Amino acid sequence: MDLHLIWFILLGVLLTGYAILDGFDLGVGALHLFARTDRERRLMLNSIGPVWDGNEVWLVTGGGALFAAFPDVYATLASGFYLAVYLLIFCLIFRAVAIEFRSKRPGAFWRRSWDVAFCVSSILSAFLFGVVIGNLIWGVPLGADKEFHGTFLGLLNPYALLTGLTVVAVCMMHGSIYVVMKTQGDFHDRVRDWVRNSIIFFVIMYVTLTMATLLYVPHMVQNFKDYPLLFIIPIANLLLIANIPREIYHKKDFLAFLSSCGAMAILMFLFGFGIFPDLVLSNPHPEFSLNIYQDSSSLATLHIMLIIAMIGMPLVVAYTVSIYWIFRGKVSIDDHSY
Amino acid sequence: MSVLLLSRIQFSLTVMFHYIYPPLSIGLGVIILVMESIYMLTKDPLYHKMTKFWVKIFGLTFAIGVATGIVMEFEFGTNWSTYSRYVGDVFGSALAAEGVFAFFLESGFLAILLFGWDRVSPFVHWLSALLVCLGAHFSAVWIVVANSWMQTPAGFHIVGHGLHARAEITDFKAMVFNPSSMERLAHVISGAWLAGVFLVLSISAYYLLKKKNVDFAKASLKVALMLGLIASLGQMITGRIAAETVAKWQPTKLAAMEGVFPASAPAAFCPFGIVDEKDKKVIGPKIPGFLSYLMYGDFHAPVRGIESYKKSDLPPVALTFYAYHLMILIGISIIFLVGWGLILFSRGKLFETRWYLKILVPAVLLPQIANQLGWMTAEVGRQPWIVYGLLRTSQGLSKVLSANVVLTSLIMFTLIYLLLFVLFIFLLDQKIKQGPEGIELQGETQAHRASI
Repeated sequence: MDLHLIWFILLGVLLTGYAILDGFDLGVGALHLFARTDRERRLMLNSIGPVWDGNEVWLVTGGGALFAAFPDVYATLASGFYLAVYLLIFCLIFRAVAIEFRSKRPGAFWRRSWDVAFCVSSILSAFLFGVVIGNLIWGVPLGADKEFHGTFLGLLNPYALLTGLTVVAVCMMHGSIYVVMKTQGDFHDRVRDWVRNSIIFFVIMYVTLTMATLLYVPHMVQNFKDYPLLFIIPIANLLLIANIPREIYHKKDFLAFLSSCGAMAILMFLFGFGIFPDLVLSNPHPEFSLNIYQDSSSLATLHIMLIIAMIGMPLVVAYTVSIYWIFRGKVSIDDHSY
Repeated sequence: MSVLLLSRIQFSLTVMFHYIYPPLSIGLGVIILVMESIYMLTKDPLYHKMTKFWVKIFGLTFAIGVATGIVMEFEFGTNWSTYSRYVGDVFGSALAAEGVFAFFLESGFLAILLFGWDRVSPFVHWLSALLVCLGAHFSAVWIVVANSWMQTPAGFHIVGHGLHARAEITDFKAMVFNPSSMERLAHVISGAWLAGVFLVLSISAYYLLKKKNVDFAKASLKVALMLGLIASLGQMITGRIAAETVAKWQPTKLAAMEGVFPASAPAAFCPFGIVDEKDKKVIGPKIPGFLSYLMYGDFHAPVRGIESYKKSDLPPVALTFYAYHLMILIGISIIFLVGWGLILFSRGKLFETRWYLKILVPAVLLPQIANQLGWMTAEVGRQPWIVYGLLRTSQGLSKVLSANVVLTSLIMFTLIYLLLFVLFIFLLDQKIKQGPEGIELQGETQAHRASI
């Protein structure tokens, strides 16, 4: 295996880690307004309380790894998607602020305003991530100079909007299962209905997106044609998704959540495997695409970074596991809570 | 306005606003570690209460630090994409190392520090304080290494020509330990400690003046003053070493910092003054030959001045000069303030000397302003280069941006950061008013009852 491929996979691991972890807390945010009372909303917030900013670190590190391993890709995407990137960051800032400030004052208006800010910014963040993914699948206009020659409105094409909605749906599904896992009593029983509804929403979006992909973006299927054995993976995905309502029915909430994590990971794999070996597909001039072999850092840098990753990533996984272990179990509200 | 100017304004706005918070995290991280260590050794409940209170303040500064830090991470690519292509091989790896080694450590264990009081043993909680403190310092290590490489590039070679030229690492160790990185790191960290120290001094002095939480305030004041002594002296020593490195590697910056105009002559040291760029001189008191002595150990050593360079290779002289000199004046007053506090303390009068406590309350701004001025000296003084001697700032700009787009994001940033700052001050004020006692109680229900 060459270093370019290793870094493509490592980048995929970081972004998949981000999708699985921040995916559920974005989903909790997207569902926030469905919780009725102040107590329920605080339970939702505190279920992600100790972990949400650690989850965002996966994005920060993914961004750093992209910059270090594929600087041209980082430069082209950040400058080309300028407004989308900043909209996304503003949403993430608003989310952070809303989580931090909502429960600091008792006023109903104060809390309701932050509740809306938290929900809207969570939905928009997930949606914008989806729009970016959609454009990477569809392809964006690049020139021979590796620069983006499209417009912001061009990023909002129908396919990208569809992936945007699908990402919102998958986060809602993932988040609702997380809330089921972290709550008890009446509220817990009510959230179980959200899981059913959000699975239905996700499946509708997923089927629509898959059909659109097969019809309009045939290059995403090319790698599967070359390696037909890998058709097992989308099938595994369907089984995992089908397993979620089953586990929920048997009240095995943690297994349901694990299935959902698995589904998230497979969705990210399908995306990565589909675009491989390109990172940014150029459409309409595929010869200008940015790929992992021509647009990476030098082999020396990739090698040094691999050493850094081999030292650092086991530590990161150890921290993550121990934090989640320490904060396992049902959420309750005490004097340290949000 | 041009895309270049707007991008530069936006970068300075976002980075200066961001830099209010990380130094507080680094400084408070050390203070919390010291307090919790004292608690572990003595089991004095007062130190437990102190740790709890300062952890709350830490949580607040950290949240805003993260939110504004994500912006910085992507701004290299959004507005400076040509720079990113050019340096990604070198600069990107330091940034990625920062994520892997520092941010996960800091954010992960902060969760235990903030929310884990009842979930982990006191030892694990103390260990978390240690790891959060380490994480905060590691982030300074990598970002200062990356920035120092832009000041004194080393351990790389240039590959390709024209549009496709870029820097690639040849020697990672030489890149990390480039000529300026270690002394600048020490200088940045002592500045960060001072930011934390003075926040604690300010809030504690406020409590003493109001005669609230007196025991808490006295103990906090003591811990902070001790650390303040170490940090302020460290600041002076590292600052002096850093200036020598500038003299050696970035002569244009040194000339602007010190306001040296003649092409080549023994240079005087000017503690303060007014820059007259038209007549090419600095008006103010001077110690003849002293700058030559400071930099080269010889009163007669010539220092290369502004007139020996092309104008297009020089930074804005007045801004660099004023930022640098004001920083030094504030640094000296900080040493003076800390020293005076320790004298009062040794005479047993610290907690009664009201005029001194009254100075400490607004003094929280001193290290903050000095930190900002220090970075202004470093970054403005590096101009017109984005990577010193290699790539000009104007060449580093993204090629696909229009002025309107950058103006839009700049306006958005200004509004959002104003909101963030107001909310930060509001919450900080609320936490200070609640005090350590309010945090002990069921804060929420109390506030709720009070509001009814």
